Amino acid sequence: MSILVYVENTDGKFKKSAFEVVSYANAIAEQSGTEVIALSIGNVEESQLSVLGKYGASKVLNVNTEQLKSFVNQAYAAIIVDAAKSSSASIVVLSNSFSGKGLAPRVAAKLEAGLADGAIELPTVNGETLQVKTGAFSGKAFAYVALTSAVKVIAVNPNSFEVKEAEGTVTIEPYSPSIDTSDFSTIVKDIIRATDKISLPEAEIVVSAGRGLKGPENWGMIEELAHVLGAATACSKPVSDAGWRPHSEHVGQTGIAVSPNLYIAIGISGAIQHLAGVSASKTIVVINKDPEAPFFKVADYGIVGDAFDVIPKLITALKAYKGI
Amino acid sequence: MKILVCISNVPDTTSKITFTNDNTAFNNAGVQYIVNPYDEIALSKAIDLAEGGKGTVTVITVGDSSTEATIRKALATGADNAIRVNALPRDAWFVANQIAHYAKDNSFDLILTGRESIDYNGTQVGSLVATILNIPSVSISKKLDIDGNSATVEREIEGGKEVLTLNLPAVIGTAEGVAETKIPNMRGIMTARTKPLDVIEPIEVAQLSHIVKFETPAPRGAVTLVDAGDVEKLVSLLHEKAKVI
Ligand SMILES: Cc1cc2nc3c(=O)[nH]c(=O)nc-3n(C[C@H](O)[C@H](O)[C@H](O)COP(=O)(O)OP(=O)(O)OC[C@H]3O[C@@H](n4cnc5c(N)ncnc54)[C@H](O)[C@@H]3O)c2cc1C
Repeated sequence: MSILVYVENTDGKFKKSAFEVVSYANAIAEQSGTEVIALSIGNVEESQLSVLGKYGASKVLNVNTEQLKSFVNQAYAAIIVDAAKSSSASIVVLSNSFSGKGLAPRVAAKLEAGLADGAIELPTVNGETLQVKTGAFSGKAFAYVALTSAVKVIAVNPNSFEVKEAEGTVTIEPYSPSIDTSDFSTIVKDIIRATDKISLPEAEIVVSAGRGLKGPENWGMIEELAHVLGAATACSKPVSDAGWRPHSEHVGQTGIAVSPNLYIAIGISGAIQHLAGVSASKTIVVINKDPEAPFFKVADYGIVGDAFDVIPKLITALKAYKGI
Repeated sequence: MKILVCISNVPDTTSKITFTNDNTAFNNAGVQYIVNPYDEIALSKAIDLAEGGKGTVTVITVGDSSTEATIRKALATGADNAIRVNALPRDAWFVANQIAHYAKDNSFDLILTGRESIDYNGTQVGSLVATILNIPSVSISKKLDIDGNSATVEREIEGGKEVLTLNLPAVIGTAEGVAETKIPNMRGIMTARTKPLDVIEPIEVAQLSHIVKFETPAPRGAVTLVDAGDVEKLVSLLHEKAKVI
């Protein structure tokens, strides 16, 4: 018996979510006395792979072939399933990242496994059943999902489980799964990365602005504030609908759900659909000139004021605080 | 081109979410149901692709008879015909198996789903259907172009996007950017009533998961207001009290 964890990398470097999922699997393993086997696919250096030991992996299966350099969900899912079977895994853990969202159901279907996606806490074990807390109703509620199948798959929400160091040694094994060419009917043509941007689902601080900003020409100060804080930028739906900002920045019930440590909402009214996607934020700061804006009801800190007056001052104060 | 669009019947986005039976069941008293907003994007894209006799659009829902108003809305928007699998959805695996079972016998070129539903938020159904049918899938697409037998898709990735090509048949999950959502016009509403809505019975599916109970988030404490002229105070609160910077 073991717990298999799939760890994602970007250009050969593990993301924080990789350490989160290994930590998560290790916490389950410690409860149930099993071992954590990590599976890495792609060109990751040995020194990087061995870092996974620091978070509780006792073995790393390393798949490194040219054919698998870019992410193809059918092929990657087949490899995860292959590794899960060969290591007799009873639980498969992955990140509920954009790629993970495509992989987890494929893996679950092939293993006839129940899937809890969007897990935000460690599971509780009740005999053969695992119970996992997940987000539901777009952040307006939580659901406890019971997985009753022999094998279980859990996709852990980024930023919802702390990275924790563990003791132990790790071995790295090259792994050559059997690959079916029919799993490669998807071809990656191009990857376009906005290199200077912090990814929204993974961001620890998010600076978000709404229609109160009046137009796209005013986003300079939002970007500057985000830059000073090392934050990702986001927006409300009407802002992306109007084309002021890209759709990938729209947060809320019908956008991206975020759970940063700090969410700063500027010129956003706090409509129920917006709140749905941001209510998992640990600390919420609201800046709005309307004291009646509903967002103040869910905020931890608030400033009633004009964004065009407050934001430049806030940038100056933060720069002073950071010594930059 | 034959297109199948999977439609989920979900509580309106303004709904207050509460539960009954000791927090084990969703309280649908007074709740309005709508076509899942992401599925509206899928439907709109399908209608665009089929426009001018280039294809047909079938919508499918797994749900009891109460979902028919939502299905009629999809027909009014422009779908050609509809299938309702007569069962209450148990979990994504159950729903996906019903859809895949229907799709298997009806050889669709393209299956579109929304990227997730706004109630249970799993990004599962599309990928599950694709896996059961053994065809490729993309779970969150931001742009979709079809050229003959192949699809070009832009997929969201952390901090960027990926451009993919895949052979049809395929399952694509749609998000904003794929299409402008359409709303039914008068003619659509009139013709929707005469369009075929077939009801089929579900197949047996093993139960792999179920929801034990729900919970609503704990209310947040009262807001601490800081004077607009004293932003330094906010900085120090965020550092010393909230410990987030
Ligand atoms: C099906 C559906 C799904 C939706 N999904 C989402 C979603 O996922 N995410 C989302 O965000 N919305 C969503 N919405 C839209 C949502 O209902 C609101 O319309 C939207 O969140 C409002 O955006 P806003 O707060 O930026 O704009 P507004 O409602 O226009 O509010 C602007 C705010 O800025 C303040 N303001 C104005 N000027 C200034 C200034 N100079 N300084 C400071 N404050 C100022 C105003 O007081 C006001 O509170 C959805 C709607 C529907 C119908």
